[in-house]
Amino acid sequence: MKTATRILAGAAAVLLLAVYAFPLWRYDLGAPQYPEGLGMTIWVHKIGGQLALVNQLNHYIGMKEIQPDSLAELRWIPWIVGALSASGLLVAILGRFAWLVAWFVTLAVLGLAGLADFYWWLYDYGTNLSPEAPIQLPPFVPPIIGTKNLANFEITTYPDVGGLAAFAAGLLALLAVVVEWRGRAR
Amino acid sequence: MRTTTLVKLAVAGLCVFAIAYVARAAKEARSLAANAAQRVYVAPGSYDEFYAFLSGGFNGQLAVYGLPSGRLLRIIPVFSAHPENGYGFSEETKPLLMTSYGHVPWDDTHHPELSQTKGVPDGRWIFINANNTPRIARIDLRSFETVETIEIPNAGGQHASPFATENTEYVVAGTRFSVPIPQEDTAIASYKDKFKGTLSFIKVDPESGHMRLAFQVLMPGFNYDLAHCGKGPSHGWCFYTSYNSEQASTLLEVNASKNDKDFVAAVNWKRAEECVAQGKTTQLSAKYYHNLMDEASRIARSEVLDSQTVIEPTQCEGVVYLLPTPKSPHGVDVDSTGRYIVAGGKLSATIPVHSFEKMQKAIAEKKIAATIEGIPVLEFEAVLGGEVPNACLGPLHTEFDGKGYAYTSCFLSSEVIKWQLESWKIVDRIPTYYSIGHLMIPGGDSAKPWGKYLVAMNKITKDRYLPTGPELTQSAQLIDITGDKMQLLLDFPTVGEPHYAQAIAAELIAEKSTRIYPLENNAHPHATKAEKDTRVVRDGKDVRVYMTTIRSHFKPDNIEGIEVGDTVYFHVTNVEQDWDVPHGFAVLGAQNAELLIMPGETRTLRWEPQAPGVYPFYCTDFCSALHQEMQGYIRVSAKGAKVPLGTGAPATPPKPNA
Repeated sequence: MKTATRILAGAAAVLLLAVYAFPLWRYDLGAPQYPEGLGMTIWVHKIGGQLALVNQLNHYIGMKEIQPDSLAELRWIPWIVGALSASGLLVAILGRFAWLVAWFVTLAVLGLAGLADFYWWLYDYGTNLSPEAPIQLPPFVPPIIGTKNLANFEITTYPDVGGLAAFAAGLLALLAVVVEWRGRAR
Repeated sequence: MRTTTLVKLAVAGLCVFAIAYVARAAKEARSLAANAAQRVYVAPGSYDEFYAFLSGGFNGQLAVYGLPSGRLLRIIPVFSAHPENGYGFSEETKPLLMTSYGHVPWDDTHHPELSQTKGVPDGRWIFINANNTPRIARIDLRSFETVETIEIPNAGGQHASPFATENTEYVVAGTRFSVPIPQEDTAIASYKDKFKGTLSFIKVDPESGHMRLAFQVLMPGFNYDLAHCGKGPSHGWCFYTSYNSEQASTLLEVNASKNDKDFVAAVNWKRAEECVAQGKTTQLSAKYYHNLMDEASRIARSEVLDSQTVIEPTQCEGVVYLLPTPKSPHGVDVDSTGRYIVAGGKLSATIPVHSFEKMQKAIAEKKIAATIEGIPVLEFEAVLGGEVPNACLGPLHTEFDGKGYAYTSCFLSSEVIKWQLESWKIVDRIPTYYSIGHLMIPGGDSAKPWGKYLVAMNKITKDRYLPTGPELTQSAQLIDITGDKMQLLLDFPTVGEPHYAQAIAAELIAEKSTRIYPLENNAHPHATKAEKDTRVVRDGKDVRVYMTTIRSHFKPDNIEGIEVGDTVYFHVTNVEQDWDVPHGFAVLGAQNAELLIMPGETRTLRWEPQAPGVYPFYCTDFCSALHQEMQGYIRVSAKGAKVPLGTGAPATPPKPNA
């Protein structure tokens, strides 16, 4: 593989590590009673932000309590990301194009699977609302990216630094494949 | 004809002139008022520039206002029980009001004093005295609540208190009434023989703020009125005014006004420390209470102490000097540089100012005019730094702007006068409405005043506000002191009698303000940190209800098995961890109070039901959209009814509606 390809692949692998330092996704909740803001962040290994307060508010609409301890993903996703990053570096060092392609495909598939899991998670929490809740809402699915109004809250969801870094890592890996592919085609 | 025309013309001209003059004056007054309004207007949602702490006098509280708006932000109960939030009624806060006289749930709070570092308010604590049953309280300025009280033994009427030394090494106390020491049943006519005064020094721990009575200086039986401690060059000294050097015990308004001069007592507390270290002291024994709120459990506990280290001036040479001061002086105020000690001779037409430098010189040169009970009296002329002549009637208290000017309140002539240090010249006067007592400049008794505003605290308001029956509000008046002329900007009614006050730049406190108590740090032995741990436990006649509150329910909310004759303790833990979500707890027939429980804390209400029945309880602090649903019942059965103790919950939860 060309040096440029190796650099791109290596950079992608290193960039992935950003998810340990920054949240993947962010929920901002706004309401008149919360001028100081209220939010929740989703990391590879934990749920951050004011989770207790979000759970406390969610009980009004009968949403299940979000318990990070019971989310298996938070235990094994950090290992998957570590393995992906390490194997990416290995691909960059060893320089076999086929391995690069295989690595990119794995990265893309796992990334999409992660998003799908996230969506399923949102679907589960938004549609399994307790019928005994004080405030009855029709089932809903919070957006992955975007804004939704729910009672007195305006909820905005968007990827945070970690999520953007992971997405950029995917793009860099794709670029590496394209660069190497075009070099060889010529 | 001509003459009449001329006269008519002249009259018309005068009228035009007069109308123009009146119109101009009215316009000026309007623009002045508009200007004042702008300067005190704090737009909705904006913050004030200063926190001002005004004591409540006879209400035993401390009130917090914003300046310049004069908006009331908070009332802090200190020596008065406060049914509104359960202060002094909850099991956790009752001990704060314990004294050697028993539980004293009221007092007369006079002088708030901010803690200082290097002579400047640091925003950590504020201290305040109880005048009637001698005590000092410490209020934590993170939580704005009283966290410690200490009783002052061998004293009666604790007025000269709790002024702080430069780095809050000590806060001081002084007895207004001299009393027999030790207390005994004696003829009041034995005053001159048996009655003594004490000047007390309470050590403040620099880290925790905890107070401890370090030593008391035994003084002649005068009335010790006010105090302030030195700073800069005078650091190490505290100054007390005294009156009744006549030592009268009856009809003081006549009998204590005879002497031409009374005294400022200058106490060298560094010298006192030496004498304590060398054991040149006497031990006295009088019971007194020290009450402290534990930070982790938020439970106040009392300890009873009974020993005092007393310094007799004859045993410890140089510990105290008397400075002759005309006539029945009231306030004693040390200027920002620490060089001058201004006394308010309330029956004198001049304001005497002692010079610390001259005092040191007089001591060195032994310019001693007399000795009273072993205490040297320095020569008046040798210590006097200057006098403000023809000042005003009834000068009481002085504060400073840090720019070389002093401001003195004058009770009788109902005004504030502004005068210059060292030239002793009066440069301005402004009336107050009416009968000003103390005045306050933010930091005006410290080494670095924020010399922008002055607050006059008035005893009488008469026609200033809408009348409210025989008892009228008292008031504070905000005066701008940035210009050559003082300007009245605002007056606002106050809670209780605004006796004295302190103020501090808002940023020194606002950022440190507590929002919640973290539940994981709650070390209350009866805390319930999760709903699953709620329970009802019987221990003989005592029943403990371990209860939680969260929007919008109590758990448990049905309680059965209580019998008449039981004492029920509701240990309510607010498990919220959100800012500004206290919950209340009130139960039918409670003879004590309700509770307000802050997020993360545990508070306990004792309840003794008198008759069988079912008693509702509910949340009194509007907490959420379902606040009105936040309620429960407690069932009380006849003695021996044997209803099983429990939370009365149905065996199976109800089926959800289809």
